[in-house]
Amino acid sequence: MYATRYSKPKNIEEAISALQAAEDGKLLAGGMTLIPTLKQRLAAPDCLIDLCAVGLSGIAEEGDALVLGAMSCHAEVESSADVQKHLPALSLLAGGIGDRQVRNCGTIGGSIANNDPAACYPAAVLALAARITTSKRTLSADDYFTGMFETALEEEEIITKISFPKTHKASYAKFGNPASRYAMVGVFIAKTDVGGLRVAITGAGQDGVFRHSGLEAALADSFDVAAIDAVDIDDSELMSDIHASADYRAHLIKEMTKLALQAIG
Amino acid sequence: MAQLSISVNGQRHENDVADNMLLVDYIRETLALTGTHIGCDTSQCGACVVHVNGVSVKSCTMLAIQADGAEVTTIEGISDGENLHPMQEAFHEQHGLQCGYCTPGMVMSAIELVATNKDLSEQDIREGLEGNICRCTGYHNIVKAVQTAANKMQR
Repeated sequence: MYATRYSKPKNIEEAISALQAAEDGKLLAGGMTLIPTLKQRLAAPDCLIDLCAVGLSGIAEEGDALVLGAMSCHAEVESSADVQKHLPALSLLAGGIGDRQVRNCGTIGGSIANNDPAACYPAAVLALAARITTSKRTLSADDYFTGMFETALEEEEIITKISFPKTHKASYAKFGNPASRYAMVGVFIAKTDVGGLRVAITGAGQDGVFRHSGLEAALADSFDVAAIDAVDIDDSELMSDIHASADYRAHLIKEMTKLALQAIG
Repeated sequence: MAQLSISVNGQRHENDVADNMLLVDYIRETLALTGTHIGCDTSQCGACVVHVNGVSVKSCTMLAIQADGAEVTTIEGISDGENLHPMQEAFHEQHGLQCGYCTPGMVMSAIELVATNKDLSEQDIREGLEGNICRCTGYHNIVKAVQTAANKMQR
C-alpha cells in the first residue's frame, strides 16, 4: 500500500472539510473494496477519511419508509428486526453479500457509492425506488446510478442515508460467483406504491445496474413465472468476462427472475 | 505516523504506527503475536480473522489505526492459559485440522458463529464459515468440530 494519511472526522462537516483539504481524498466506509484496492496499489489517495465516527449508522422507521444510515453494515441490515419485518427481501440480500467478516465491515453507503456492476445493493435501491440523501440533496434511485462504477455523486458529496419504501412484495435472487459471492446475475423484483412494479438487474449490464423493461411489461401483464419465458433478453449490452458470457448471463437473468418471483409467492 | 491505543487480549498497547499499516501486520510484527496468519492477503481466505470489539473481521483488510480504542482478541487470547477454549478443544478432538494454517481464523470465525446463532445445522456452519478457506480441504472435520463445540458452549 502506498503511504497515506488517515483521518477520523467526528461529524459530516469535518468529513467534508477533510475531503476539501485533501488532494485526492477517499472516503473509507467499511473498506471492503477500498482496502484491497489500496493493497494492490490500484489507488494512491493522499488521505483516507474514515466515516465510522460521523454518526451515519442506525436503522429507523419513518412513516412508510425504512431509513438506513449510510454506514449501516450488511450484518446490521441482515439482523435488523425492522428490516426483517418491513422489507425482508433486503435483509436476505444483505445476508448474502460476501462472507460474515465482510458483512461485519462493509456498508450500504459504501456499496452504492462504489456502484460495482456486480454488487447486490444497487439492484435493491433501483427496484424499490429508494431515495438517496447526501450532504447536499436527495436523489431518486433513477437519477443516482449513471454507469459502471459511476454515480450522480459530486466531489465532496457524502451519502448520509438511504430511504426504502416498506413492502413485502419484493424478492431478490442471485447467482453468486462461487468464489467471491459477487452477483454474476442478481434480480430484484419489487412492487411499491412509489415505484410501481420494477425488475432491476445487477451483475450483468455493461453499464451496471439496470431495469429490464421487457420483464417489467411481462410481469405487469401476468405476475406469473410462465410469463417470463416469452421475454426476449437482449445480450448485446450484457457483460462477457472470465466468469460468464453475455449469452449465459442472459439465460441467468430469466432463471433468477423466476426464482425471485417464486419467492414472492 | 498515527498514535494507536489498543487493547489486545486484555493487554493495553500504545504505539506509533504508520497510517497505512494493516491490523494483521501490527498484530504479527509489532506485537509478535504470530498465531494470526496471513494466507491470501486478498481478503478472501480468512486465516487472519480476529475479533474487534467482539465482532469477527479480516485483519488484513483493516488498518491498525481503524482499531484505535478497540478491544481486539486474537487466537492467543481465547484460552485462559491453562485450558483450551472449547472451540480449540473441539478442533483437537475432531481432528479439525490438517496443516493447521487456516485453523486460527477458522476458530475465531467459529466462535462468533456459535456465539450469535442457536441450533446451528450443518448447513448453517458451512455457510457461516464461507469466509474461511482450508486448502487441505478438511472441511468435514472442521464442521464436526464446530458442531461439537456448539453443543458444549451452548449447554
